[in-house]
Amino acid sequence: MVERTPILNFFTHLILFAGFVFCVAPFVIVAIAASHNLKDVNDVPMSLLPGSDFWVNIKTAWTTADLGPKLFNSFIMAFGVAAGKVIVSALTAFSIVYFRYPGRMLIFWLIFVTLMLPLEVRIVPTYAVVANVLDPYQAIMDLTGLSWLIQKISGVQVQLSLGLLNSYSGLILPLVATATGTFLYRQFFLTVPDELTEAARMDGAGALRFFVDILLPLSRNNMAALGTIMFLWAWNQYLWPLLITTDQSHAMAVTELKQLIPNVGGAPEWHIAMAGTLIVMVPPMIVVVLMQRWFVRGLIATEK
Amino acid sequence: MEKRVTFGRWTIGILFAVPQLILIFTFFYWPAGQAVYWSLTLQQPWGGGNIWVGLDNFRSILANADYWNSITASMIFAGISTGLAMVIALVLAALTDRQLAGSWLYRVVLIWPYGIAAPALALAFRFILAPEAGFMAVVNKVWPGFWDPGLDGADAMASIIIAFSWKYVGYNFIFFLAAFQAIPRSLIEAAAMDGSGVIRRFWDIQFPLITPTIFFLLVINITESFQDSFGIVDIMTAGGPANATNLMVYKIYSDGFKGLDYSGAAAQSIILMFLIIALTIVQFRFIERRVHYR
Repeated sequence: MVERTPILNFFTHLILFAGFVFCVAPFVIVAIAASHNLKDVNDVPMSLLPGSDFWVNIKTAWTTADLGPKLFNSFIMAFGVAAGKVIVSALTAFSIVYFRYPGRMLIFWLIFVTLMLPLEVRIVPTYAVVANVLDPYQAIMDLTGLSWLIQKISGVQVQLSLGLLNSYSGLILPLVATATGTFLYRQFFLTVPDELTEAARMDGAGALRFFVDILLPLSRNNMAALGTIMFLWAWNQYLWPLLITTDQSHAMAVTELKQLIPNVGGAPEWHIAMAGTLIVMVPPMIVVVLMQRWFVRGLIATEK
Repeated sequence: MEKRVTFGRWTIGILFAVPQLILIFTFFYWPAGQAVYWSLTLQQPWGGGNIWVGLDNFRSILANADYWNSITASMIFAGISTGLAMVIALVLAALTDRQLAGSWLYRVVLIWPYGIAAPALALAFRFILAPEAGFMAVVNKVWPGFWDPGLDGADAMASIIIAFSWKYVGYNFIFFLAAFQAIPRSLIEAAAMDGSGVIRRFWDIQFPLITPTIFFLLVINITESFQDSFGIVDIMTAGGPANATNLMVYKIYSDGFKGLDYSGAAAQSIILMFLIIALTIVQFRFIERRVHYR
């Protein structure tokens, strides 16, 4: 505070409080609606005093949408994406920053370009690739005449095929294939003093030893930030899981929400829908609240 | 910036990059190339490969009124929701930066909405804004027929804009607050000494200094409004009523996977790709030159 401005301070508090209400109200309304019964939730206006059916509704939503296994799938996917990002990006950034080899800048730009096109806009062909991940390699072998050659020599016709629809790898791998984390690590690696590298080399450490014993422990903060942000990002994915999991056993919690929308003509079971929404909201909320520092840092660092 | 000290064995270096390269080749470059190929060909209805049709797919899309409707809807959505989310966040961040008592609370709480999955908040808002239950029902009771997102396109558009803005206020807030806090206190104090008030200081000092953040967020918000809107649209309106909220990504999805028109969907993807690339280039080329840097 620089000077005394009582009137302005009053309005500052007023506006900030309005913003606070604006942010929190939907959470509160969802929680209250989830505690009503069918009649109370459809009352106009709905009572803002919590009802008594909270656990009943949670239980109904849990069984209707079969959320147990779906939450488990969501966890696997979110952890998988977070772990994959944290590891793969660290490796790549190390390669780009600490080595000089021909084509290094080309690799840098190849990775950089992936930042520009999100999965959503290339969803149709990515789906086709995941239906058979080896399709690109088959096409390359066909084009280069390699498969023709193999057929001539061994008589075996090359048919590479590996479908990843309805599998965890099909869910996770395409989401790992972007550049977000790579640049986060790159920025950090560039700030690591050269003297450290020199000292390590003087003591006889090779590239791998330096990476594992010095660089990775130093990047712990980055890993936490990147892991948090990627976990949330993956947990909140919707379009991709929707397409790729036609089989119920691999469906995600977030995509199951659609089943809870009250049907036109059916009973307006908003209390069940809101209970389901609450269940799906809670895990990312816990991550945001517990990891707030890393979350904010990851948010700012991955984008800039 | 380059490292002075590096490791000599560059074969090992390349090996480190191999996992990433395989991933982006398989799941990024190949599909992107495939999209270009599909957009220029037409799949024959009973198999037998693709026939080359040149730019016909693009021509038929651009001649389609539904597509232009989808572009208009996307632009309206992007414009209004970005504007709302950024202005609200800017005001809240500027006020939080005054660091009055209790401002830590806003710093903590205002980011929460960003952690929520778009479909989950969409379902929440579908209830809150439902015409027959929830809160807009109260308004409907006073003025019957005032609000019905299921029938009125404008209401449906307003619903998805509210849901999207709610999520992105928190996101923008974090960046704005970081930008405000990066401005040296001494600058503000010196201006206050010279007798300028809070509003004056905002327009003449803080606002010019955070223009890079404003433009950065502008581009991010518009790009996100193209992508992150999918879950919101799918849960709240499913593109309706009468295509009023059939945003571009949603149309790609429904044409490609429900209508099974891969070529048309691919051509639409290409147009969207160019839009997003153009936005990114604008960000890097033109905007960065005009903004103030310390």
